[in-house]
Amino acid sequence: MQPDSLIFIFLNAALMNNFVLALFLGLCPFLGVSGKLETAVPMGLATSFVMLVSSLCAYVINLILVRYDIEFLRLIAYIAVIASAVQLVEMTMKKYTPGLFRSLGIFLPLITTNCAILGLALFQTFKHYDFFQSVVYALGAGAGFTLAIALMAGLREKLDLSDVPGIAKGAALSLMLGGLLSLSFMGFAGLGGAH
Amino acid sequence: MTGHEIRHQQTRTSPWPMFAALGGIAMLSGFLVVLVYQVTRPMIARNQRQAIMAAISRVIPGAVRNRAFVVTDSGLRPAKKGETGDIIYAGYDKDGKLAGIAARAAAQGYADMIYMLYGYDPKCRCIRGMKVLKMTETPGLGDRIKTDPAFVANFEALDARLDESGRKLAHPIVTVKHGSKRHPWEIDAISGATISSRAVGKALNASAQRLLPKIAPYIDTLRESKP
Amino acid sequence: MSKKDGITWETFADGLWRDNPVLVMLLGLCPTLAVSNSAINSLSMGLATTFVLISSGALISLLRRFIPRQVRIATYIVIIATFVTMVDYTIQAISLDLYNALGAFIQLIVVNCIILGRAEAYASKNPLGKTVVNALGMGTGFTLALFTLGAIREILGAGSLFGVDLFGPSFEPWVVMILPPGGFIVLSLMLLAFNFINARAGRKIEQSEGCSHAA
Repeated sequence: MQPDSLIFIFLNAALMNNFVLALFLGLCPFLGVSGKLETAVPMGLATSFVMLVSSLCAYVINLILVRYDIEFLRLIAYIAVIASAVQLVEMTMKKYTPGLFRSLGIFLPLITTNCAILGLALFQTFKHYDFFQSVVYALGAGAGFTLAIALMAGLREKLDLSDVPGIAKGAALSLMLGGLLSLSFMGFAGLGGAH
Repeated sequence: MTGHEIRHQQTRTSPWPMFAALGGIAMLSGFLVVLVYQVTRPMIARNQRQAIMAAISRVIPGAVRNRAFVVTDSGLRPAKKGETGDIIYAGYDKDGKLAGIAARAAAQGYADMIYMLYGYDPKCRCIRGMKVLKMTETPGLGDRIKTDPAFVANFEALDARLDESGRKLAHPIVTVKHGSKRHPWEIDAISGATISSRAVGKALNASAQRLLPKIAPYIDTLRESKP
Repeated sequence: MSKKDGITWETFADGLWRDNPVLVMLLGLCPTLAVSNSAINSLSMGLATTFVLISSGALISLLRRFIPRQVRIATYIVIIATFVTMVDYTIQAISLDLYNALGAFIQLIVVNCIILGRAEAYASKNPLGKTVVNALGMGTGFTLALFTLGAIREILGAGSLFGVDLFGPSFEPWVVMILPPGGFIVLSLMLLAFNFINARAGRKIEQSEGCSHAA
């Protein structure tokens, strides 16, 4: 696989360098909203959607910044535009697709402060991805996030039924599970290696 | 709390305080960022120059000065400041003689991209040194491409001659299984880190195949253009 | 907490243990765990975060009367992003090696929930002096927790501390500790130890799960 091919970029963002399990991005919702499968999956989908929107925004902003040679404003521009874009999407959804809004809407404000969103925008800039590569990168990152949070929720639903010592309840146990998941995802690392 | 509520009411009727606050903050932050950018820019540029020179002197033995060139289809030209594209560095020793040419190479490794710089010596027509610039290979396994003495020895004189047509390498650079290196254009892989070793071979081959044929006709020009 | 209270020891010390941002509030993990694989990286990340925490807190506290409620979050984010950009360039000017090791994660300090959380919960309601002292305490607690994590991971995973070899060549490093799973596992063990100590002392500290409440 060529490192700049679209399928490779997708797999790389989803499995090999999974945003949550390898890069520690988006840990907050990963720990906070992974209690039940039925909320974890919509959260993952909502995040993927926001990732796509902000990836497109970041691509356009970066073109403007490079054109006028003002790259030192990149961070401020990214965070401001992404936050506003998410808010706009939220308002549009509320007006035109209230059903979708009810199922995803509660997560949207949470997502804006999610590090994975800004991380995605910054990484795609540093990797000099073009338009289609950026889109695929965003889709891959979203898929990887959804996969990680869904797996985590499945594990935690089972754990609710088991007897755990008091000091390990809550965050400590979730993090330990995250470590084990991360360990198993390490197995994907060689997927794109030179053959 | 009542004062707060009154203010709240007022701002709801008039948007100007909001514009004023946002505009004011934007001005202030723009000022601060530009200030820091202006102060640090020369320092950052100096750091980058030093880092590049340090990397070049690692891959071109004896190089103390360098000049950057851009490789284009129509030849070489001196690189402008901040230019991107196929940049190569001509390294000169302390007498001002051309000691070698450094170029970049990159390939997908085990975890992520591996970026490296290598030095080409026009006298022996071989690669004289390779330095990994950036990688995230597994510590203790893949990252031995940077430290393993036997692996690093591959790049003391790695054959990179061009064939008669001058358009490609006479022998493509390849990574071979650990212990089976027979020819000077082969790289002996690290056992247990085959994927990372192969990535180095692939990167060097791709970069050398593409750049060396374009550079070769201009070696004499590089010799004369002292820094 | 009454607003008339002056600066007390607790203003500073709350951040060290009782409200430790990492161990109790589980805030600001996202961009920082990734660079906690060595002592020097985690220390620099902690210090950079502390600087942003203090300076953005100070500015927000000074401007708190002029910022209309409706646009406060936007203003806070712009202020925080400004200071992070400043830190980013300063680190590049100090050491490129450090900058390359931390990568994009310096810029990700912007979305570190602890900074926006403190801006909203503390700096926007308290005078300058108190805000700075509290931010210093939070930053110190954050840096200490992150540094401990980084040091443990480096000692176990590479057999060294600040790059100095500790055990000699006979030590076989636990490579997994400097890989991503090691970050999760060591932090989990640190939380266990923290909970154990608190349980022994009879203290009840409610841990939150992620920064869901901060948004």
